[in-house]
Amino acid sequence: MLTIEGVTKHFGDRRVLDDVGFTVGSGRLTGFVGGNGAGKTTTMRILLGVLQADAGRVSIDGTEVGPADRRRFGYMPEERGLYPKMPVAEQITYLARLHGVDKRRAGQRTTALLERLDLAQHADDAVEKLSLGNQQRVQVAAALVHDPEVLVLDEPFSGLDPMAVDTVLGVLREHAAKGVPVLFSSHQLDVVERLCDDVVVIAGGTIRAAGPQEELRRSAGPAAWELLVDGDVAWLRDEPGVTVREFDGGYAVFEADDAVAQRVLQRAVQHGTVGSFAPRVPRLSEVFREVVR
Amino acid sequence: MTSHFVDAVRLVTVREIQARIRSKAFIVSAAILLVAVVASIVVGGIVGKATADDTTPVAVVDGVSLQSTDGLDVTPTRTVAQAERLVRDGEVDAAVVPSDDALGYAVVGLEDAPTDVVGALSVAPSVELLDPGALPAGLVSLIGIMFGVVFFASAVTFGSSIAQSVVEEKSTRVVEILMAAIPARALLAGKVLGNSAMAFAQIVAVAVAAVITMAVTGQDNLFGLLGPSVLWFVGFFAVGFVLIAALFAASAVLVSRQEDVGSVTMPVMMLVMIPYLLIVVASDNETIVGIMSYVPFSAPIGMPMRIFLGTAEWWEPILSLLIVAASVVVVVVVGARIYENALLRTGGRVKLAEALRG
Repeated sequence: MLTIEGVTKHFGDRRVLDDVGFTVGSGRLTGFVGGNGAGKTTTMRILLGVLQADAGRVSIDGTEVGPADRRRFGYMPEERGLYPKMPVAEQITYLARLHGVDKRRAGQRTTALLERLDLAQHADDAVEKLSLGNQQRVQVAAALVHDPEVLVLDEPFSGLDPMAVDTVLGVLREHAAKGVPVLFSSHQLDVVERLCDDVVVIAGGTIRAAGPQEELRRSAGPAAWELLVDGDVAWLRDEPGVTVREFDGGYAVFEADDAVAQRVLQRAVQHGTVGSFAPRVPRLSEVFREVVR
Repeated sequence: MTSHFVDAVRLVTVREIQARIRSKAFIVSAAILLVAVVASIVVGGIVGKATADDTTPVAVVDGVSLQSTDGLDVTPTRTVAQAERLVRDGEVDAAVVPSDDALGYAVVGLEDAPTDVVGALSVAPSVELLDPGALPAGLVSLIGIMFGVVFFASAVTFGSSIAQSVVEEKSTRVVEILMAAIPARALLAGKVLGNSAMAFAQIVAVAVAAVITMAVTGQDNLFGLLGPSVLWFVGFFAVGFVLIAALFAASAVLVSRQEDVGSVTMPVMMLVMIPYLLIVVASDNETIVGIMSYVPFSAPIGMPMRIFLGTAEWWEPILSLLIVAASVVVVVVVGARIYENALLRTGGRVKLAEALRG
C-alpha cells in the first residue's frame, strides 16, 4: 500500500499542495481526478521524488520511501518524451538499466514487452520514425520495463488511439492483478468511472474526496430511482415523499427513501407494464462537480 | 556515493559516447580537424625539404674548375657552344664558361641574371650566432595557432554537443523519466564524462597523428622540440575540458529549446574564444602568454606555449594544472546545483539567480 501524508508544496509564494494525503491500495486501480492546475502532476512528481515536498511523507506499507525504492516505481509523465533518434529496443533497455535491472534481464524484458505491445517489428527503428500511436506504446513500455512495484501514470490515456487505450488498460489491469498499487490521473471521468476501484479527487491543492468509487458515488446525494413504464407517469408527482427530478412521458427520475420507492414500484405495476426500475447511483462526474464546488 | 550512482553515471557516459559516434556531423568534423593537422605538418615538411634540397641545373664547360658545387646540379659539356645551347633549350638555368678574369670562369644566363647560380658560386663569410637557441618568430606563432585551433575546435565541438544533449533531454521531455530513475547529478556527471572522454580521445588522436606524421616525413627534430609541450597540452586539456563541459551544461540547462542554446551559451563561448584570439595575436608577448598560462580557461594553450618556448620553470605547469583542477571542482559544484534546479523547468528561460537559489 502506497501512502502519502501531509504533503505540502509551494512554488514561490504560491501554495500548490496543502496537506495532501491519500492511499493507493495494493492491487487496486486508483484514479486521480482534478481540474487543470489542481495539483495532480505536482503530487505525482513528489511521489516519484522528481520534486521535493516542503513537508509530508510518502511511504510503502509504513516504511518511508527512499531513492532506492523509487527506482522500482514505474512512471509515465504527462509530458511524454523519449530520445527521438535512439532505436526503440535500445532505448527501453537503457531505461531498464537506469532503473537498476541487469543487462541480460533488461534485454529479455524489452523483447517480451515489445512483443506484448505489438512493437516487435519496430525494435530497431528510431523512435522518431514511429507513428504517434506507436510512440505512445513505447512510452508505456518505458514505464513498465523494470517490472515496477508501484505504477504512477499521469494522464496515460491522453493522446492514445482506441486500440492503444485497450492495450494500456490491459497492461494496467495485469499489473494491478499482480498486487501492484496503480495510480493514474485523468481528465476523462468516464474512463476513471469505468476502470477504477478507488478514486481520489483533488481541487485547489487539497484532497476533496478519496475512497472506493462505489461508496463515493452512493454517498454523494439522496437515494434516487429511475422508472420507465408504458404510458404516463404523471401520477408520480402526487405521491407523498417523492421528489421528481426528471420527467418525460413514461420516464422519470425521482428521489425517495427505500420504503417510498417500493410503494411507488407497486403502484407502477398496478398502472401498467414496468419497463425498468432501478436505483440511480450518481455518475462520477456528478460526484466530482459536487465535491469540488 | 552508492554503487547505483556509479552505475548510472557509467550508463549515461556510454550512451553519450554512442550518441556522439553515431552523429555524422561529429565524425566529419573530427576527420576534418585530424586531416588539417596532418596536412599542415606534411605540407610544412615538403616546403622545408624543397628549400633545403633544391639544386639548380647548370652546364659546366670542360676545363672550368669550381671550388664548390653545393646547390648545383652540374651537366658537364665539352664546348661553350654546347653549354649555351643547353641554356637556350631550358635544360639548365645557366652555363659556367671559361673566362680570362680573376675567377677563371663566367656565368651565362638566358634572360635574367641567374642569381641562384651566382649565389652558389659566391664565397660567403662564416657566420657566428650569439643566440643559436632562439626560434624563428614564424614558427612560434604557427605553433601557437596550432595549439589554439586544436583547443578551440575541440572545446567548441564538444561543448556545443554537451549543450545540445542537455537541451535535447529538456525539449523532448525525456528528462522527467530520467530523473525518476536516477539522480540529476548522475545524469550531469555522465554527460560531462562522456563528452570529455570523446574530446580527450580526439585530442590524443590528433597528437598521435601529428607525431606519426612528423616521424614519417622525417621531421623528428620538430617532435623533439614539440614533444613535451604537446604532452602537457594533452594533460591540461583533459582537466580543462571538464571545466568547459560543466559550464556548457549549466548554461544550456537554463533553456528548453534548441533555438535558445546559442544565446545562452554565448558567454561560455567567449571564454573559450578569448584565449584563442589572444594566442593568435600575442604568441610572442611574454607577459600576455605568462598571464594566460595561469588563467584556467587559457592555461591549456598558454602553459604548453611557454614550455615550448622554454620560459616556464619546472614547477609552473604543475602549479597551473592545480589551479585549473581547483576551478574545475568549484565550477562542477556550482554547475551541478544550477543543473539540478533548472532541469524540470521547461518553457521560458530560467534566470540564473533562481537556478542557483533553487
